[in-house]
Amino acid sequence: MCGIVGLYLKNDKYQNTLGELFEPMLIAMTDRGPDSAGFAIYGDEVADGWVKLTVRHIEEAFDWGALAEQMSSALGCKVDWMQNANVAVLKVNSDEASARACLTELCPDALVLSAGSSIEILKEVGLPENIASKFNLSGMKGSHIIGHTRMATESAVTMEGSHPFSTGSDLCLVHNGSLSNHNRLRDKLKREGITFVTQNDSEVAAGYLTWRLNQGESLKEALEHALKDLDGFFTFTIGTKDGFAVMRDPIACKPAVMAETEDYVAMASEYQALTTLPGIENARVWEPEPATFYIWERK
Amino acid sequence: MKTFDLAVSSVRDFNQALHDQKSTTTEKEWVATNPKGSHNIAVGLDADIAVDVQGHAGYFCAGMNKTASVTVHGNAGQGVAENMMSGTVRVKGDASQAAGATAHGGLLVIEGNAGARCGISMKGVDIVVKGDVGHMSCFMGQSGSLVVCGDAGEALGDSLYEVHIYVKGTVKSLGADCIKKDMREEHIAELTALLEKAGFDEDPTAFTRYGSARQLYTFKVDNASAY
Repeated sequence: MCGIVGLYLKNDKYQNTLGELFEPMLIAMTDRGPDSAGFAIYGDEVADGWVKLTVRHIEEAFDWGALAEQMSSALGCKVDWMQNANVAVLKVNSDEASARACLTELCPDALVLSAGSSIEILKEVGLPENIASKFNLSGMKGSHIIGHTRMATESAVTMEGSHPFSTGSDLCLVHNGSLSNHNRLRDKLKREGITFVTQNDSEVAAGYLTWRLNQGESLKEALEHALKDLDGFFTFTIGTKDGFAVMRDPIACKPAVMAETEDYVAMASEYQALTTLPGIENARVWEPEPATFYIWERK
Repeated sequence: MKTFDLAVSSVRDFNQALHDQKSTTTEKEWVATNPKGSHNIAVGLDADIAVDVQGHAGYFCAGMNKTASVTVHGNAGQGVAENMMSGTVRVKGDASQAAGATAHGGLLVIEGNAGARCGISMKGVDIVVKGDVGHMSCFMGQSGSLVVCGDAGEALGDSLYEVHIYVKGTVKSLGADCIKKDMREEHIAELTALLEKAGFDEDPTAFTRYGSARQLYTFKVDNASAY
């Protein structure tokens, strides 16, 4: 089943309350996905020459300060860090590949949940309300956020198999549905140099978009190709550093509803998840069309 | 008139109150406020009552309706009026997919657009849509009528039995065994009556009729020997 939700702010009005607006949306989708939940929030962008990694360690008491110091001396650059439960955001004044390689060498147990200049992904097994409170979702700020509540079908209920999936810089994807050609596509993408950490079908969709974007395609072009190359049932919500997109497959049996006002665009699997948004009574509410994608991007 | 605030009362309590109304009821008018997309609002009604849902409804609103008249003052989620037996269901906004699915009778009016699979496997209901309908509408429709004042999506009327389909706008594609048919006098009369019941001011002669070519397996008498 699964529930997906997304909120994209068209101006600065609600940036400081993005998490507060989004938390009830995620929790409203508990009925559709009580196994695990997660979200990707875009904000607190780092300057050019820096990369932001969201890193998870199994131990709550892990010494992130010591790791940041070790990374700083190994890379010879500044490393800032901020802990949130068993996850930390590491801001490294270096390129992504060097930062990742250094992290893997110093701390092989650490798992990178996201990398980029703006994205932070937080996800766990458990009820959406527990995950929201664990990571203090309601206090978070940003420009857009997408989330997922999972009822697992194609792979196990694990943190790794939880959404959102990120396979490239600042890109993430949440999925309601199931893909039928993910195994062959995963093999093809692996040969193209995309790495996967799970057997999950949705991760393949994220990897596919990363591959297309790496080739210099725009989000629009990548989604046009995705409609041809991905087989199965899907409603996707996709986040990039500056953009937000929603796409449904041609059969469109997985639900989706959208709402737009002057201030925001919101999507959810069910309208119930949108009812707490400001001005929703007067928002334009519609069901996205089959085999169609909708994109909003900041200039 | 009796009002239930669904922000305070549960849908279950509201539905139970509606089910408790017998045909001799004195309480004919009911209003649900703050539906907030809840599922299963006003399902299984079996009394001559009128229910107004003041906002957007979730899945299966007015499902299995008998006799009652239900109006959604907003959009309706999947399966509005599914398996309706009689009565009237009116959606002021858009309806999501499978509106009027398998419904046996009554009238379903959608003043906005309907999503995919509108009237799928319908068995006698009349559905009148002011806007467009999505793909696979009327799939395996058995009887009743579907009127579309806007356009129809792909594969309209696939594997159709005896439903009469009337479309004013364009049809993206016809499904298997669905063909364009002549509008005879009886069809103009039927369509005029349906548009009138729905309260839509449209010219019946501007519509095209579609129906079953009756060429699929089930229509071939030779296949009866298989049983």
